[in-house]
Amino acid sequence: MNSFPWLTVLLIVPAVAAVVVMAVPRRFATVAKQITLAVTLVEFGLALLATIAYEPSRAGFQFAQKYSWIRQFGVSYSVGADGISLVLILLATLLVPVVVLASWDEVAGPAQAGAGGADVVSRRSVSAFFALLLALEVGMIGVFAATDVFLFYVFFEAMLIPMYFLIGSYGAVKEQAQRSYAAVKFLLYSLFGGLLMLAAVIGLYVVSADQLGTGTFDFATLRQLDITPGVQKLLFLGFFIAFAIKAPLFPFHTWLPDAGAQSPTGGAILLVGVLDKVGTFGLIRYCIPLFPDASSYFAPMVLALAVVGIFYGALLAIGQRDMKRLVAYTSLAHFGFIAMGTFALTSQGGTGAVLYMVNHGLSTGLLFLVVGFLVTRRGSRDVSAYGGMAKVTPVLAGVFLIAGLSSLALPGLNSFVSEFLVLAGTFTRYRALAIVATCGIVLAAIYILYLFQRTMTGPLVHEQAKGVLDLSVREKIVVAPVVALIIALGVYPKPLIDIIRPTVTATFEDAGHTDPAPSVPVNAAPVNASQAGGHS
Amino acid sequence: MPHELQYAPAVGSFSLMWLLLVLPLAGAAILLLGGRRTDRWGHLLGTATAATSFVVALVLFFALLGRSGDDRAVSQHLFSWIPVNSFQVDAGLLFDQLSALFVLLITGVGTLIHVYSIGYMAHDPARRKFFAYMNLFLASMLLLVLGDNFLVLYAGWELVGLSSYLLIKFWEDKPAAATAANKAFYMNRVGDVGLALAVMFMFATVGSTNFDTVFGAAAAGVIGYGTLTAIALLLLLGACGKSGQFPLQAWLPDAMEGPTPISALIHAATMVTAGVYLIARANPIFTETQAARTVVVIIGAGTILIGCVIGCAYDDIKKVLAYSTVSQIGYMFLAVGLGPAGYALGIMHLLAHGFFKAGLFLGSGSVIHAMNGEQDMRKYGALWRLMPITWATFGICYLAIIGVPPLSGFFTKDKIIEAAFDKGGTSGYLLGSAALLGAGITAFYMTRLFLMTFHGERRWSDTGPEARHPHESPTVMTGPMVPLAIGAAVAGGLFVLGGSIQNWLAPVVGESVEAGVHTMSPAVLTALTLLVAAGGFAGAYLRYQLRPVDAVARPDAEVGLVTVAARRDLYANTFNETVFMRPGQYATRFLVWLDTVGVDGVVRGTAAAVGGLSGRLRRTQTGFVRSYALSMLGGAVLVVGALYLVKAG
Repeated sequence: MNSFPWLTVLLIVPAVAAVVVMAVPRRFATVAKQITLAVTLVEFGLALLATIAYEPSRAGFQFAQKYSWIRQFGVSYSVGADGISLVLILLATLLVPVVVLASWDEVAGPAQAGAGGADVVSRRSVSAFFALLLALEVGMIGVFAATDVFLFYVFFEAMLIPMYFLIGSYGAVKEQAQRSYAAVKFLLYSLFGGLLMLAAVIGLYVVSADQLGTGTFDFATLRQLDITPGVQKLLFLGFFIAFAIKAPLFPFHTWLPDAGAQSPTGGAILLVGVLDKVGTFGLIRYCIPLFPDASSYFAPMVLALAVVGIFYGALLAIGQRDMKRLVAYTSLAHFGFIAMGTFALTSQGGTGAVLYMVNHGLSTGLLFLVVGFLVTRRGSRDVSAYGGMAKVTPVLAGVFLIAGLSSLALPGLNSFVSEFLVLAGTFTRYRALAIVATCGIVLAAIYILYLFQRTMTGPLVHEQAKGVLDLSVREKIVVAPVVALIIALGVYPKPLIDIIRPTVTATFEDAGHTDPAPSVPVNAAPVNASQAGGHS
Repeated sequence: MPHELQYAPAVGSFSLMWLLLVLPLAGAAILLLGGRRTDRWGHLLGTATAATSFVVALVLFFALLGRSGDDRAVSQHLFSWIPVNSFQVDAGLLFDQLSALFVLLITGVGTLIHVYSIGYMAHDPARRKFFAYMNLFLASMLLLVLGDNFLVLYAGWELVGLSSYLLIKFWEDKPAAATAANKAFYMNRVGDVGLALAVMFMFATVGSTNFDTVFGAAAAGVIGYGTLTAIALLLLLGACGKSGQFPLQAWLPDAMEGPTPISALIHAATMVTAGVYLIARANPIFTETQAARTVVVIIGAGTILIGCVIGCAYDDIKKVLAYSTVSQIGYMFLAVGLGPAGYALGIMHLLAHGFFKAGLFLGSGSVIHAMNGEQDMRKYGALWRLMPITWATFGICYLAIIGVPPLSGFFTKDKIIEAAFDKGGTSGYLLGSAALLGAGITAFYMTRLFLMTFHGERRWSDTGPEARHPHESPTVMTGPMVPLAIGAAVAGGLFVLGGSIQNWLAPVVGESVEAGVHTMSPAVLTALTLLVAAGGFAGAYLRYQLRPVDAVARPDAEVGLVTVAARRDLYANTFNETVFMRPGQYATRFLVWLDTVGVDGVVRGTAAAVGGLSGRLRRTQTGFVRSYALSMLGGAVLVVGALYLVKAG
């Protein structure tokens, strides 16, 4: 199975479908939706098959393909999957059909808000929306699958375009100005980061040309280069800032709340759930292996930004009144945990961080879904428009609570495993930092349960809310797989860990970072270095 | 080395161990997913799973009895949970002498309270959900006491917090219930930070979170004293959060917003005693660190008195019982803090307390039920004739808690007081006196509660707008109270006679070293304890039986300073609000402002300055220069501070 070009197929299917869906005439909107749903489900099935075909213990990229693209500059179409990119591709392909189904009725405009929305509705093209989703899926898969740094950069930038339109054209209905502002802000931030990265990518090319005679963008070749520490630092910063904006990390985050609040539900899920992961993915995939010395040098700075982000994001989340902004700020805190786990440079921290990326996609995705359901029902993102909703929408409240508990990393649910791994992995190297970061779990409880209390419990505040319906069958189908995964990955995360761990371990070992040994080794614990199938 | 660290594999009937957890978990899942379709029989299913779990517990217990004394620790490996190189955590269970007692208590008392709730919640439209959450609680609590490593224990630890949260806010359209649930979760999470850090410390120190590895290293003395003390203190922080001990006691009285069966099961008999379990379980760590144990006994002794004093001032029957729980757990903390001399005593008192406090809460629930939800004891009185079974069972539990011989509290509390004095030196006298004084005040406030509720004049009316028609509760409610009363009567004696519990637990917590010389002869001390308790009783009798009880409490101006302070929970809430909540709120508001005009502003301002985003942006950024400067400074300070943390290692 390993010779099958899984990744190329995964890229082609949604790309073709995007063109087809785009061509569907406006009056056949339902057909466009059905095609999109079918294709994205098939796509997820393919990703699952690829995961089964993947051999975790084998070193290096699998399903690799390489075709020369721009020969003069050594650019190639080259793709491949390792444990880190594979689970993120799996996450992306899972969330897209969820988003498709969740956006089924939302795209055209508010289903029940009625008044005022009517003329706006007609201007929104349903088929274009779903074509954009498919295009975005191509970008997301490409960015994770690329093993050529230039190709990565191309996908990195190409993803922006569909996302820009999703926010700008399909965002919050009544807030035309804020919507455009959020979309432009998102674009400018990302472009700025992208430019820095482009400079660094070219820098890498120059270094490789210097050392090898011919320049290359091939990732595997580039990581063998011996770059001087000074140059490493510069190039590291180019990549790092691009990723820190993308993720985002404090203090590069201010575009996120705007974009999160103004995106349509589906856009927000993909934006925060997957697109932002490109930033955290980049940190562990590119920054650490390509610039090992610079990574060690800058690690304290990244860790400092991470821990500030954990508290800053959490405190700001507590203070929000806009539910979507609130969820966006919780993500800032979560990205802090991910960055911390990555730059603790231990296999536990790194594995936890990658697992965290997947888990955060699920839990925040579910939170955005539930908030989206509420907004569709009551037409407001403001917390005060709710109160006592559990009475009329018990199932929605239950799902909300599960999403929230996952976000606050309750054991038994997915995020706990990753958060604890991040903290324990950090603790073995940076004790004081881990102790402070652990205190962040109290704030997580506050931002989630305080939100839940204000929206779901207490007496029903608004008369109009009495008629609000609980989750429809379609909505239940949307949330069911996510809820199931949140629980399953909390109880039995081993399948994912077994895919992630070898790649992370090898990445850190190649960069010269070994896990600190226990200070009092008792029964010599079974160290799995040999099982890790370390890249040599 | 007091510890047999070889766990036998679970074969034979022990292979059923996982069923203990899975039965109630399946019950919860079916009831939650089944929705309204399960309304009709949900309570029966919930009770059946609890009862079956109890039967399994009995089978396992007798199987354990059948093994030889030093081979009574059986572990069952379920699956590999979190395997990342040197971090290997398995989902594994451990059934030994200590967890066996807890499993019996949890499933036994749990089943009784399930039965009771069938009647208590009969008219609640959401009764099914109530049983689902109770089942979820049983599963979580069993996970807590059965886990064979600290991370699984931690999972159970947080999950019981979730069930507690769900059940406190069960009547969630009451804002007070929702607030109390959140408060409980927040304060528990503060404790959870301690437990989580303790687990990380263990991993960083010995490379494992398994009981056998950690305890083996602790007992072998290879872990430095400082590290060991740090781990013990962090565990203690967790224990204080879960068990409502100072300084994290303020959530427990508020938790009484939950339905009364919950107060009995979670907030009296089982979950809140988890802190005692944790310390007793981690005894190899605590035994090695005198410093940490000193903190434990101080917290224990202090909390005994805090709970007692506040318990005297409340008129709400459940609040009094809640503070009584705080205070009784203080005894248990005091006991386990005494080290090898006290671990078994703490567990003994915990089990006895499980009986009598659950009985008291169920009795109070019966009274509240009869009085249409009224919880103010000043509106009770003379109920004993109308509710004879409730009165009798409640009475036995009441006599047990104040330590009347030969009921259980007499044996178990007496032993703790004795052990505290036997600690020797000034500290022994201080701790012993605190425990002794506590016994006196306990007798006072419990007698006050008993008399105000069941005796004296009747202060309610069966006519008018607040008409009450008290009546005995249905059999389904009184039934479970009877076994609890019997337990409250005889358990203590059974535990103490022949040192049965101490011998049983010795392989886990070590032989309890009898102090060679008693500070005071046990007989004298017993007499003294009885005398002090009698004093407390007499005080309450004079004040609440021989004199009429005011129908409304006297205003603050007419009562003493201590009473005023006690009515305000000794200012614990005021303290928390002033020191944590308000500054937190201000910080949050400030940051929200700063992030909008400051951090975002810096970026927008820079962008505008460089090339200009748009005229509109340029306008908004002018005039905010100072806030940019402020936020840049603030951000820099934060990052530099965090850098110090990183460098601190």
